[in-house]
Amino acid sequence: MEKLKQKDLILYSGLIILGLAAPYLFSAFKVQLTYLCVLIVLAMTWNLQGGEMGYNTFGNILFYGLGMYLTASVQVGMFFPLAEWTESGGEKTFVHTTAQYFQGIGVGLLVSAIVPAVIAGAIGYAILGLRGHYFAICTLGLGIAAGEIAGGIEIIGAGQGFTTPPFPAEIVDTEARGKFFYFLSFALLVGTFIFVKYIYGSRFRLILNAIRDNEDKAEAMGIQTMKYKIVGWMCSAFFCGLAGGIMGGLIGYIDSTDVAFDGREMGVFMVLMAILGGKGTLWGPVIGATLFHFFKEGLWTLILGWQYVALGVLIVVIVVYFPEGLMGWLREKYPERFGEVIDEKDRKAQVELK
Amino acid sequence: MDFLIFKAPMLMVQASLDGILLGILFALIAYGMALQWGVMNIINIAQGDLVILGGYIAYTIYLWGIHPAWGVIISPIIMFFVGWVLYKLVINKVVDRDLFISILATFGIAIVFQQLMNFIFGADVVVAQSEYGTTMLFDNSVTLPNSKIFSAFISVLYAIALVIYMRKSKLGRAIRATAQNARAAKILGVDTEKVYAATFGINAALCGIAGALISITLTLHPYVGLPYTVRSFMIVIVAGLGNLPAVAVSGMGLGLFEEFADYILGTEFRIGAVFLLLVLILVYRRFKLSRKREYLK
Repeated sequence: MEKLKQKDLILYSGLIILGLAAPYLFSAFKVQLTYLCVLIVLAMTWNLQGGEMGYNTFGNILFYGLGMYLTASVQVGMFFPLAEWTESGGEKTFVHTTAQYFQGIGVGLLVSAIVPAVIAGAIGYAILGLRGHYFAICTLGLGIAAGEIAGGIEIIGAGQGFTTPPFPAEIVDTEARGKFFYFLSFALLVGTFIFVKYIYGSRFRLILNAIRDNEDKAEAMGIQTMKYKIVGWMCSAFFCGLAGGIMGGLIGYIDSTDVAFDGREMGVFMVLMAILGGKGTLWGPVIGATLFHFFKEGLWTLILGWQYVALGVLIVVIVVYFPEGLMGWLREKYPERFGEVIDEKDRKAQVELK
Repeated sequence: MDFLIFKAPMLMVQASLDGILLGILFALIAYGMALQWGVMNIINIAQGDLVILGGYIAYTIYLWGIHPAWGVIISPIIMFFVGWVLYKLVINKVVDRDLFISILATFGIAIVFQQLMNFIFGADVVVAQSEYGTTMLFDNSVTLPNSKIFSAFISVLYAIALVIYMRKSKLGRAIRATAQNARAAKILGVDTEKVYAATFGINAALCGIAGALISITLTLHPYVGLPYTVRSFMIVIVAGLGNLPAVAVSGMGLGLFEEFADYILGTEFRIGAVFLLLVLILVYRRFKLSRKREYLK
């Protein structure tokens, strides 16, 4: 046990050092690395929801987009009139000073974490009462409805989009913007990982698993399932909102259906990444997101124009042939590595039964 | 918000007629959805994209110089085979599995379809001109395109034909038997695999008819499939599986809701209102069911 812990320590410190050094080592890929961090966060939080709790959602994109709009709105609204900014090119008339920019994004991120979590708590009682595919379709509807409605609201730019404040011009270092967003997203990733790992060792995870495996029985055992489901969803919303806020600042432009409530891309990506890596495991989503990102970036440029066809085919292939994901496959192959004890007699009996 | 509609009664008549005629079309798509959901227990997210593909087939024959109304015969024939192939390639592997897997897999199919249609037919909004003219009612204050009346008529015709086919034919009996109990049907000699393929093909053919009608009454665009899926899903959960009159009524109800939402909230919120209605219906259903569960306790 002691030895294992030491091994873990080496692994984690190695990863953190790699993460801190990455923007200097791969200086040209800072934006990609930031994307990767955000994707991992999204996959991990989706896994908390879909993998552990068994509530497969398409709706986490709602919190992601909400976080994006909230961060940008707070960042602008704190210092300048928001309506004039979004009306037409306000970013040319109003300029954030360096202090204003960082204050704005700080408060904005705080708001974009808390408000989605509160909203998740508020709608949770109604939405999480749905079971199985009704929940999946309902959250799909929520995400798309949010996108369509955001596209009709004037004060956040409506259909023409919302330009987030540009990085302060007073900072001369051209690398600064990329580094700032990278370290922000890396901090978020580390925070999310620590949080999820903490949950994995807690009673909370067992309760979520009980809900996934059989909700009625869990209820009969005296677990107030609704309470835990809502808390689980709020955790997801908290981190999704933060991820959205960082992404909005990085992209620099928010469109209602193509960037923020992007159910066709981000909303599917997070499900796909978690399933690719393996639902219901700590490392599955991390590995899945990393693989997916490399695959996507490598392939996207090669098959320009055909990327969505490839994405669709990929979804079908993964879902139909590898629903257990990479970790599930490994688990099947090397069960003793995962700390599972196999009763040989029982296994043989099972095989014979088949 | 614009309440002009409540001040002008003629606008109200206009919206109601538009809504009912549109709703009949939605009901046809929902019928296909109910059929495959009931028989195969899968939810097809690509339903709307099959509709749009059917519409593009009608649009293509229109470009060749044939009247687009022929699409209601040609499109379902082609779509039947598209559905059959789709079943053989993907759907047969998700039939007996978790519903979420079928949702995700058909979501993937939907993305592929959207993108392929985007390549083949371009990303422009297109419409096939039927040149049927318009009917004026109430001193020309209500205009009703004849193509909409035509589409409602054809939808009703096909729906009735399908009901009769389901009742009388051998395949229809096999489909109904499989829906009731797939295992028992298999034991009694029904080739369920074939029944499933045929069901999915019939569903795709229904989508083809609806698409051909949409190509002359509304507009086509590669990415507008999902709202049709959601509409049909909504109609099915309100009406229940296998209750055809209820499907027709709730289809018309949805059409009415949409037209009124269009006038009151503005066109930019129309699709948003549809999706929001879906969420509201599901939430309403959840509270209704939970009361029932408590009552059972």
